[in-house]
Amino acid sequence: MPLQAFLILAAVLFSIGLFGVITRRNTIGILLGIELMLNAVNINLIAFARFRGDIVGMIFSVFTICITVSEAALGLAIVILLFRIRRTVIADHLDLLKG
Amino acid sequence: MTDVAVHALIALLLPAFSFLVLAVVAPLRRAGKPAAWFSILCAAGSLLAAVIAFTHGPHEIGRTLAEPSSETVLWTWLPGMTDIPLASIGIVADGDSKPMLILVALVAFLVQLYSIGYLSDEPRRGLGRYYAYQSLFAFSMMGLVLAPNFLQLFICWELVGLCSYLLIGFWYWKPEAAQAALKAFWVTKAGDVGLLIGIVLLWRQTGTFDFATLEMMAKSSAIPMAGLSLATFGIYLGAMGKSAQFPFHIWLPDAMEGPTPVSALIHAATMVTAGVYLLHRTSWLFALTPDVLSVIAWIGALTALMAAVLACVQEDIKRVLAYSTVSQLGYMMTAIGAGFSGAGFFHLLTHGVFKALLFLGAGAIIHAVHSNDLAQMGRLARRMPQTMIVFVIGTLSLAGIPLFGGFASKEEILGAVLAGGYVVPFAMLLIAAFLTAFYMFRVIFLAFFGATPERDAQALAPPVTTEHGGGAHAAPHDVTVADVLHMHDPPFIMAAPLWILALLSMVVGVYFTFEGRLEAAPTLAEAEFTSPAWLTPVAVLVAVAGITTSWLMYQRRAIDPERVAGALAPIRRAALARFWIDDVFEGVFNVAVLGFSRVVGWIDRYIVDGVLNVVSAETLETGDVLRKLQTGYAQDYVYGIAVGLLALIIWMGLLGSSN
Repeated sequence: MPLQAFLILAAVLFSIGLFGVITRRNTIGILLGIELMLNAVNINLIAFARFRGDIVGMIFSVFTICITVSEAALGLAIVILLFRIRRTVIADHLDLLKG
Repeated sequence: MTDVAVHALIALLLPAFSFLVLAVVAPLRRAGKPAAWFSILCAAGSLLAAVIAFTHGPHEIGRTLAEPSSETVLWTWLPGMTDIPLASIGIVADGDSKPMLILVALVAFLVQLYSIGYLSDEPRRGLGRYYAYQSLFAFSMMGLVLAPNFLQLFICWELVGLCSYLLIGFWYWKPEAAQAALKAFWVTKAGDVGLLIGIVLLWRQTGTFDFATLEMMAKSSAIPMAGLSLATFGIYLGAMGKSAQFPFHIWLPDAMEGPTPVSALIHAATMVTAGVYLLHRTSWLFALTPDVLSVIAWIGALTALMAAVLACVQEDIKRVLAYSTVSQLGYMMTAIGAGFSGAGFFHLLTHGVFKALLFLGAGAIIHAVHSNDLAQMGRLARRMPQTMIVFVIGTLSLAGIPLFGGFASKEEILGAVLAGGYVVPFAMLLIAAFLTAFYMFRVIFLAFFGATPERDAQALAPPVTTEHGGGAHAAPHDVTVADVLHMHDPPFIMAAPLWILALLSMVVGVYFTFEGRLEAAPTLAEAEFTSPAWLTPVAVLVAVAGITTSWLMYQRRAIDPERVAGALAPIRRAALARFWIDDVFEGVFNVAVLGFSRVVGWIDRYIVDGVLNVVSAETLETGDVLRKLQTGYAQDYVYGIAVGLLALIIWMGLLGSSN
């Protein structure tokens, strides 16, 4: 399979993730979207690493996975706290940043 | 440095030392009496040094400025292009400055001594402040007198103006005093601008500020004549402001709001004569511009006559003396304008002595009566015999009676004006001389003789009467029997300066009555003049006529003052309104200054502020619109980032393809 196929897959995955982030009303859904976007990046990194024969990209993707995990844990913790305080996890109700 | 210079320098620096100590050492200043005695001690030392300086050098009163030994440079302030410095600080002790120095030191010393008694009710802090100002004034005035160039003179000139302001407003909680201080400052400042312009113009033409150099140039006709009149007129403007010449005389009567000893020192004997001194100092310069000289003579005569008329209608004893000072300054200026500045300077010296005496005498009366109003005085001769004697001596000196202080100098002025060919100003001065004798004796008859004033009569009357008329005829001030009985001659510390000055007036008067006039220094440039033989009898006759008229009107009551007032009603009304000069100034101020201020204020309010208001309002509006972009929803921001990123990619793609 050529490189383009991987890149197209990554791009599609990224777009789906972005779409999810923008449109999901549930905060957990938004977090899932972010996970998708990050994994799209991972696919890109690994695909380039494989096709260029450069191991750095793979090592980098391991880092990304680690950070993704911690980010997910942090994000879920925030969501739980948010729920305790505001009794909601719907993004439309969270407008404290309004100017 | 010569002996003379050393002593003159000591005389100059002792008051400065006193001022610095009083200014820096706050506990001493706040202690009151000790500060006063410290200042008096310095003033006494200063007087002693001035006298020694006088006895050391040539004794003639007259200009010996070209004498190189008389000038001592202490400090080269601004170095010049050539060897001669552009500006230096120094002293010049010559025939002009030394007598003036003695006059300043003497009056300053006596006034400081007198003030201890006069201001005995003053709180201690106020007394310390008073003496600090007094010392600063003495230093500034001596610095002015000893100045060897225009720059130092100008600096000291401003310093004495400042001291005048501070001392007029000494009782600054009185609104009239604060206002009078401000008025004096403003009016003299208006003249000072002219002085500064004159000095700078002169410097532009000659390249020097130094009196001696300028005099040398004037003598060898090295001063370019073009525009010189403007420069000298500017200098004259400064002298007009300080020496209260028409129309700048308006500040002097108001300056009487200050303590009376201050009026004696600053507004009679020394500071107001600074203008006369300056013109005398630079008379060789003014001799080059006869047109300005004739202006000086005419304005001087006008001032002398007008102030004398004004003095006749004043009810306030200090104001009478103030107008009389203005009038006498007019005399001096007229003599200078006529080209005989020596005569003016002579009168300055004698006038300084007897006018200080008159003011201090008036202060003694005010101290006893607690009022400036002539109507509140009367029959004081019995209660204050000493004061009456010295006051009469001062008055006779001012009137120009032989054997008294002002006789010789006044006559010399009259002779000088006549010799200068100014017949009309001479006539004006003669009328003024008549009025001078008249209004001064009016004061004497009203204050020391005449009827017991109403308020004293009321206070002394049996209590039944006061109960009867208590409501209707309430006295202006609450005067008790004790107050009236308590009126007496001033204590020794106030009486001593009075007697010293009275004695000096007599000595000066007797000496010059027989001596004729001052022997002129050999270097004196101005021509000698001989007065016609009829001048002395006429001058004395005029003075005696004035005294007699006053006697008939206010003592014998042979002429009813009311009828005279009725006959001269237009003049009287004009004089009571001070010839509307204050009103003219006020009108000019209202129209020109306030009008201009209003225009500027409108521009500031509506154009400058308007632009700023529009800018700030627009900023607020825009901010309000842009604020709506910040929804607070995290997803909107992500959406924004995504769209922005997309736009960036598209833009870069387009850019890449176009390359």
